Amino acid sequence: MKRILFGVVAALSFAAAHAQPYPSRPVTIIVPFAAGGPTDIIARITGEYYSKALGQQFVIENVAGAGGTTGTTRAAQAKPDGYTIMMGHMGTHGAAPALYANLKYDPAKDFAPIGLVAGTPILIVARKDFPAANLQEFIAKVKDPAAKVKQGHAGVGSVSFTTCTLLTSQLGAKSIVAAYRGTGPALNDLVGGQIDYMCDQIVNLVEQVKGGSIRAYAIATPERSPALPNVPTTKEAGLPEYQVSAWNALFAPQNLPKEIQAKLNEVLFKALDDENTRKRLLELGSVIPDAAGRSPAALATLVKNEMARWAPILKSAQTTAQ
Amino acid sequence: MEFLANLGMGFAVALSPMNLFLCFTGCLVGTLIGVLPGVGPIATIAMLMPLTLKVDPTGALIMLAGIYYGAQYGGSTTAILVNIPGEVTSVVTAIDGHEMAKKGQAGTALGIAALGSFFAGSVATLVIAAIGAPMTRLALLFGPAEYFALMVFGLGLAIVLARGSVLKAVIMVVFGLLLSTVGTDLETGQERMTLGIGELSDGVDFAVLAMGVFGIAEILRNLETPEARSVAVAQIGRLLPSRADMRRSFGPILRATGIGSILGILPGNGAVLAPFASYALEKKLADDPSRFGKGAIEGVAGPEAANNAGAQTSFIPLLTLGIPPNAVMALMVGAMTIHGLIPGPQVMTKHPTLFWGMIASMWIGNLMLLIINLPLIGLWVRLLKVPYRLMFTTILLFCAIGIYSINNNPYDVFFTAFFGLVGYGLIKLGLEPAPMLLGFVLGRLMEEKMRQALALSEGSFMTFVERPVAAVLLLLAAAVMVIAVLPAVRKGREEAFQE
Repeated sequence: MKRILFGVVAALSFAAAHAQPYPSRPVTIIVPFAAGGPTDIIARITGEYYSKALGQQFVIENVAGAGGTTGTTRAAQAKPDGYTIMMGHMGTHGAAPALYANLKYDPAKDFAPIGLVAGTPILIVARKDFPAANLQEFIAKVKDPAAKVKQGHAGVGSVSFTTCTLLTSQLGAKSIVAAYRGTGPALNDLVGGQIDYMCDQIVNLVEQVKGGSIRAYAIATPERSPALPNVPTTKEAGLPEYQVSAWNALFAPQNLPKEIQAKLNEVLFKALDDENTRKRLLELGSVIPDAAGRSPAALATLVKNEMARWAPILKSAQTTAQ
Repeated sequence: MEFLANLGMGFAVALSPMNLFLCFTGCLVGTLIGVLPGVGPIATIAMLMPLTLKVDPTGALIMLAGIYYGAQYGGSTTAILVNIPGEVTSVVTAIDGHEMAKKGQAGTALGIAALGSFFAGSVATLVIAAIGAPMTRLALLFGPAEYFALMVFGLGLAIVLARGSVLKAVIMVVFGLLLSTVGTDLETGQERMTLGIGELSDGVDFAVLAMGVFGIAEILRNLETPEARSVAVAQIGRLLPSRADMRRSFGPILRATGIGSILGILPGNGAVLAPFASYALEKKLADDPSRFGKGAIEGVAGPEAANNAGAQTSFIPLLTLGIPPNAVMALMVGAMTIHGLIPGPQVMTKHPTLFWGMIASMWIGNLMLLIINLPLIGLWVRLLKVPYRLMFTTILLFCAIGIYSINNNPYDVFFTAFFGLVGYGLIKLGLEPAPMLLGFVLGRLMEEKMRQALALSEGSFMTFVERPVAAVLLLLAAAVMVIAVLPAVRKGREEAFQE
């Protein structure tokens, strides 16, 4: 009964929406994290282009909580009329099902993908006086139980947690792990030398690496980043299997009318070719997807692959944590 | 004296007509939004961030800093007028500030808050300019073990805060500590004591708790006896502090400025302790400590100055290390990043005009705040004349809006109502909410830091003793608690003997 009612409401709202070309009123982009974080910044840069291109304000609404799943749940349950979309990322649409037992959404089934916005490379960094000259020496230290290497991360479910868990599981190593609330406090203790290493998005670390307060061993992308041209890729440094990115992508609730989905994707396509938008995303160290990587189908595939990838790694890490 | 030259350069930047205008607008808008109950600096900055997107990075940061000071001061205004602290640091202001308002001295309380903040802000600006860079080494000395020890020291202050019985204060601190454990476990990601309510998975929000146990509970109590309303209508009293008030407040403001400046530099939001520490110190130094909690002007002047000094010096880790020490500063990082200027350890050398311009604008911002707020005091105080049946409904409405706007979450409004009932129960039992809020705030930090310290020491508690800074702080904490509890114990005995 409830479903039928929903259907009727949805149909009515489509009818209403059809009366005027989309968008006829402001659109909300839900960002499932606090204002000022990497995902929020990417959403604001993208939203600005959308506002200009479609002549309606694209408003950012930060709905933070529970590792991004609160806001994502809200987006999943929103009316699929194109007036509520969201900026999801590797955590909310890849790792979350493996981390949260009672997740109220399915990243693959409950969303209509709009398109990948930006990949955010992951850096492996250590305190500036860590006794390892390169990635190989670093790996040797991490693998050596006697070295008692200490890892810090920004909280269970955060990008720095998932990506570092991937690293240690690939290396078959076990570090001493300290959990922090957010990247800031963890970074503070890394700069202060309380912890030895962490993994996180390039945007959070790039200036510290440039300033020499921490050192970077490798970047987990196929190519070097123009933001840090001296940092080798994991492939160059001898850990080719460590490829990971905290990607950000636009999603809408499932059952979004096809023409709205197409329109939103078309604008995204243009945004990623727009000089100013590109420049600002690149400044963050982002990797902008190529034409093939921008389609809704490509995003749908990415989500499926990521879910499949994170489930075994995070589940085994969690059973050891408990 | 190189910093004087640098400061001169900063003033040249900050005094450009455009930046002056942005600084003024930021302070004004920040004050007006921040005065809404429950809307603290974080919500205000997040809300107003889009306003700054059209200007250059320096101007944008100057404006955001203005919004921050404005919102911070706005929070003190609601604490004094309607007993609703918008954020942790104005909890202490509410204690004596609202008592003063009840006595018809709202103007004096607001005035001394503004003047104390201005003085502290001016000194803190100089501190940042002169010794900001070397001071960051202090921040880096503080690892999890040291920070945990500092928080234990902070808990000792909670007992001094109590108006009445020490036992009741301890009960409330423990209650606050327990409340802080609700939410997701830091290390395992498991939910603790959330009763299966998904909205509690990040724990109880501070604003929700504070607004409930202070603001809503106060309204409920006032409604119980309509004639004896909290806010005096009959007499409004003078609008500005008298000379005697100033003399009384000078010492506390001076000491609080020192306390606030030091605690503000520490990572992980050391600034939250500043007003509590200042209040505790003034109460200990006072000739007649019993005046505290009943509208002592020192209890407003000190904490407000400490609060503002801390707010200011908490920019040091951000500006010199590029690491945000608290949520407000994390938001500033975001704002800088949006402007294509990712903060790091090189901000000072790579963008000297921005760095020094912003420091100079801090002082200008504080001056603006004074200019904006002194004339506004009359207006705020006159608001108290509004009949209570209109006023409490308006307060409730704005509370609901403010709470909702923090996380855009309707459940937060229900939780606030719930904590309002809890707060009413506490009033009936004669228990005070301030120590509970301190316990709540420190509890979360303490647990976090203790577990980090123990994780890093592989479970050895010796880490708290072996590290000299941590050991000294723990000794100090023990000393404070003994000093705080002893007189009460002695008094308790005397009373027992008299009976």
